[in-house]
Amino acid sequence: MRHSLLDSLHGPLTEPAPAPDAAGLAELAQSVNRIARVKLGRSLSIRQVDAGSCNGCELEIHALSNAFYDLERLGLRFVASPRHADVLMVTGPVTKNMREALQRTYNATPEPKWVIAVGACAADGGIFSRSYAVEGGVKDVVPVDLHIPGCPPNPRQLLAGLLALLQNAS
Amino acid sequence: MALLDSIAHTGTAKQHKPWPRAEVSDDGWAQAIELLSQGRCTLLGLWGDAPAVHMALIAADFGDIAVITYICKDGSYPSVAARHAPAGKLERAIRDLYGLDAVDAPDGRTWLDLGFWSVKHPLGKRGKAGKPKPYQFLPVEGEGLHQIPVGPVHAGIIEPGHFRFTCNGEHVVRLEQRLGYVHKGIEQLMQGASLEQGAKLAGRTSGDSTVAYAFAFASAVEAATQTVVPPRATYLRGLMAELERLANHFGDIGAICNDASFAIMLAQCGILREHTLRAAQTCFGHRLMMDSVVPGGVARDLAEDGIASLHALLAEVRRVFPRLVELYDSTASLQDRTVTTGIVKPDTVRQWGAGGYVGRASGRGFDARRLYAPYDKLTFDVPVRDEGDVNARIWIRIREVEQSLALIEQILGNLPAGNIHAPVKTKAKSCEGLALLEAFRGDVLVWLRLDAQGTIERCHLRDASWFQWPLLETAIKDNIVADFPLCNKSFNCSYSGHDA
Repeated sequence: MRHSLLDSLHGPLTEPAPAPDAAGLAELAQSVNRIARVKLGRSLSIRQVDAGSCNGCELEIHALSNAFYDLERLGLRFVASPRHADVLMVTGPVTKNMREALQRTYNATPEPKWVIAVGACAADGGIFSRSYAVEGGVKDVVPVDLHIPGCPPNPRQLLAGLLALLQNAS
Repeated sequence: MALLDSIAHTGTAKQHKPWPRAEVSDDGWAQAIELLSQGRCTLLGLWGDAPAVHMALIAADFGDIAVITYICKDGSYPSVAARHAPAGKLERAIRDLYGLDAVDAPDGRTWLDLGFWSVKHPLGKRGKAGKPKPYQFLPVEGEGLHQIPVGPVHAGIIEPGHFRFTCNGEHVVRLEQRLGYVHKGIEQLMQGASLEQGAKLAGRTSGDSTVAYAFAFASAVEAATQTVVPPRATYLRGLMAELERLANHFGDIGAICNDASFAIMLAQCGILREHTLRAAQTCFGHRLMMDSVVPGGVARDLAEDGIASLHALLAEVRRVFPRLVELYDSTASLQDRTVTTGIVKPDTVRQWGAGGYVGRASGRGFDARRLYAPYDKLTFDVPVRDEGDVNARIWIRIREVEQSLALIEQILGNLPAGNIHAPVKTKAKSCEGLALLEAFRGDVLVWLRLDAQGTIERCHLRDASWFQWPLLETAIKDNIVADFPLCNKSFNCSYSGHDA
């Protein structure tokens, strides 16, 4: 019954991957000198960390795994532990309450590692920047290699940013 | 009989709309607490507004809503939680933010203040933050018990919070949550904000409910200023709200099944969710419809190809969804995980005033949509079950998807022409508004006070999760640890909405 469900509901839905984001490539080129480069091939493990977001960015990051965007076919996958990760994908303004957790997660990620700050709030705290409860953007707490702007960035924008990272990492 | 008839009070605040707000002293406050502990009314909210605290109540039969205000002499007020548990965390949050003490409160621990702020009581009399004390989790006694601490960073793509499990082998003896990690100080940012800024902040309290929050905020502003929203705008708001409800229910149904390792449902429901977000993008220019609802109406009209995209969405969902429901219902190994797991009893949701699918899966038939436009012009059922398990919370969502499809059809069939926005009236004096809005996970409360210039003086946002998170602790008891993700996802409470 499951077999017939798979067959009959849809044909393939996967869309072609977008071109790498030009601005992201430029930013990455500058940060690459800071990191020891190891040949990783074209496969990256990503650990997502919510450092204080409203959850909007998480929803679009989740969408990356759906049948349309299908992140894993591009050699990118999410992992449960920072110890298994090459990339930290951080969302949200960093709240004071999450600062230590973000730092510990960063420290637990082995080198070489890259940090992507996702969304308007992750860049500089966004609309929450003046709050007593907010530290600032992700870069105020850990070094950031790439910013993906948006509120929230849609899956295509996320993918373009991730692919730019891939191109420069391998 | 009106709620305030049973509560001694001195007049009502004329500037407060649409439900009454009255100032009470010790006897009125005590009478309200008595009504709560007897179950004759339910707590809708409890928040600080230094030097006062406000309490919002709804009658047990949902027939009346009122707000009462207690002025705190010496910065304290009689604890509600001492007699009525649902007020517990609200009082702890009030103390953290305002420094107002609930006298005889059963739990004196902090809740949102985790010891990392540089300031104490940020919305009250500010003080320098002291050295943080280690948080004392509740003690547990017994043989062969072990603890599992989870979070704040969780294994998946999910918001942060801490869960302290005490287990006897595989069985959970106690779950204690510790939240507040994503507290952003939204209510302090609201102070002195323009309506435009306030709408943006409200819509980013909980991103998955951005439409519901913006709708609630706008409704509170409109109530306070007595601004009439054009009919077309109310229908478009309803459309946005139902699209948001659909997108979340699809996501949830799939994710809950995935937490029982039934990934096919996640994949298939994810397709329906993506179709819904793309329809939202076509109609209103943003997948999540952020910043689409504003005080006075909506920010964007339905795009020209919007109606066609919605008909296509309805057709696709009607084609696919029944097959997925049949798959869920006929997979014995999945039913084995969801049926009788994570039960919340009807008495518990009634006492706590738990809303949304959590309440409705355990017999509490409250749906705030009955209170506001455009739903007064539309026909819909509110599905209720009483098993209170994960399965029931899935079925409520399934039935609500069906209702949302029907609502969208009615909206499309009756969409009025005309303006999508009316300018917010300026009152030239202080005014207050209260709104209750049915987000996908339950009722969101927004209360605000505007000054004579129409700037926000104080805005309180109460997520549905305040009355649902604690019930998760009850639901997981005596279940196995492996069933926690299933239970948690069946609740899908908001961390950001709660922490605000």
